[in-house]
Amino acid sequence: MTQEGEIIISVQDVHKWYGDYHALKGIDMEVKKGEVIVIFGPSGSGKSTFIRTINRLEDHQRGQITVHGTELTHDIRNIEAIRMDTGMVFQQFNLFPHLTVMQNIILSPIQVRKLTKAKAEEIAMQLLERVGIPEQAHKFPGQLSGGQQQRVAIARALAMQPKIMLFDEPTSALDPEMIKEVLDVMVELAKSGMTMLVVTHEMGFARAVADRMFFFDEGQIVESGTPEEIFKSPKEERTKLFLSQILSH
Amino acid sequence: MTQSNTILPPLTERSGVIRWLRKNLFGSWLDAILTIVGAFIIYWIVKELWTWVFTVAEWQVVATNLRLFMVGQYPLEQVWRLWIALAFIMFLTGNSLGIWARKSYFATILLLAFPVLLTLFPFGDEPRKWLIILTIVGVIGWGIGRTASEKLSRIVIIGWIISLPIFILLTRGFSPEDGIMPIVGTNLWGGLLLTFLLTVVGIIFSFPLGVLLALGRRSELPVIRLASVLYIELVRGVPLITVFFMAQLMLPLFLPPNITIDRVLRAMVAVTLFSAAYLAENVRGGLQAIPKGQFEAAHALGLNGLQTMYFIILPQALRLIIPILVGQFIAVFKDTALVAIVGLFDLVGIAKTVLAQPDFLGLQREVYVFISLIYWVLSYGMSYLSQQLEVKLGVGKR
Repeated sequence: MTQEGEIIISVQDVHKWYGDYHALKGIDMEVKKGEVIVIFGPSGSGKSTFIRTINRLEDHQRGQITVHGTELTHDIRNIEAIRMDTGMVFQQFNLFPHLTVMQNIILSPIQVRKLTKAKAEEIAMQLLERVGIPEQAHKFPGQLSGGQQQRVAIARALAMQPKIMLFDEPTSALDPEMIKEVLDVMVELAKSGMTMLVVTHEMGFARAVADRMFFFDEGQIVESGTPEEIFKSPKEERTKLFLSQILSH
Repeated sequence: MTQSNTILPPLTERSGVIRWLRKNLFGSWLDAILTIVGAFIIYWIVKELWTWVFTVAEWQVVATNLRLFMVGQYPLEQVWRLWIALAFIMFLTGNSLGIWARKSYFATILLLAFPVLLTLFPFGDEPRKWLIILTIVGVIGWGIGRTASEKLSRIVIIGWIISLPIFILLTRGFSPEDGIMPIVGTNLWGGLLLTFLLTVVGIIFSFPLGVLLALGRRSELPVIRLASVLYIELVRGVPLITVFFMAQLMLPLFLPPNITIDRVLRAMVAVTLFSAAYLAENVRGGLQAIPKGQFEAAHALGLNGLQTMYFIILPQALRLIIPILVGQFIAVFKDTALVAIVGLFDLVGIAKTVLAQPDFLGLQREVYVFISLIYWVLSYGMSYLSQQLEVKLGVGKR
């Protein structure tokens, strides 16, 4: 499925330290428009930290990150502009509990994209249809199941009409029976041509839609390749070990 | 296997009064003795209180000076302006209850009927007439609020925003001596009127200031953070009474002799600045309770720092600290009593002047019981309404 397209994310030799702890040790990655990237690895391997540097929820201390033609640096003024183009879905959903589902979705389009309320609501309803829960529009997040909340979170991110979607372990906080409903939405999104970076251990999802996979360990990319390469013939010992652990049952 | 379909009620529902008494009050010899001693003490207190309230106490002092307690030296022929101001607030209250509190019948009835209940006190005919008008205005406002659409709610909010300036304008007046609303100097404001204005001004202005200080204390800019911390810790480190003394006695020494600042205004500023420091810490507590994920989600959606605070963080933080905020507001209300010490005639100040009159010497108990009752009714009222608000906003539930 790899396409020859323009490069939308370019990451070169990115390092990050938390105090003395070296969390990212020289990450290089290029993502083309429309690609679906799956990032996996043991906990503490830096995969979440890495994905969060892409929309600068975390800053990096060395190296270069260029997103959609703009380099992320310390004195960046228009970080909000980057974030408009980069939707993010979190492990803990992070919906705003004091706002209804509808208000959660339309807030940013109205405040940041300056859409009218009517237009924003129209888009929101389309997105809720797309993620399959239009009837929940006027409930509060606390009244929904985890799977429904995560689908709202996806709709909320999509409402900003982003060019890139970042998923930080989107199914890790869900009960097993709800994982599928969220993955279905993500598969549909991947097939629609969205550029996606997904941190996940859902190997079925990776096999189905990923263009490339990156295995992170101890702050480095240990191995990368197509799902075919990673699953059938992993080159590195650590990759084999990790895959055998998560695929063993 | 057959099972009976009769479901027995829980045990507690089957117990009668006797059973309850036995279990809770006369469970053992010790319980029985404590119950009897306790009952005797309660009986004695109630009897003494009853006798004092209805036979010994000379309530004449309250009845005679009721107007002083309510408005101080405020000129009698201008008191109608205060009634108009109250009527405006009553109308807004009725409106708001009709729009936002449709199910809180008890609170609605209590608030709207409150002025009529006050006619039971020995006010003159004129105040009684006005009190009844207040209730009528409130009920009309309620009716309008209940039938009107959502459009009205915006007007009501604007009404509340301008209500304090209107109240102060009406109280102070604006025209010369012979005009329709001659200016009444603040030296004539007193009693509950002054206590009320000090409290309301203190609350309304200290709230935004406190929020700004709380945000300042969490700011990433060192200068702002340091200034906020210094201010908060300095003010929290001194008693309110010293702030009043500074404002009333020290401040004039530093000002040029031809400049004087109104004494009531100085007290208002002192209350505001003092309360803001405490509010700041309360708000900061609320801000800290908001999970980091909320900030991250807001930022990830492209909201800037200000938008994140305004739309996401503050609404949640303030909702969390409603009980603390109301506690703070009640404290402000009661703390205004300290202005009596620096010579203003709020409720306590008026009480002191009343007691200084030769006719009413030695009636401290009556006077202080009376103003305590006023403080209690209003404090408890605030507390009760905040509980209603919490239920309505679902505090403690997510």
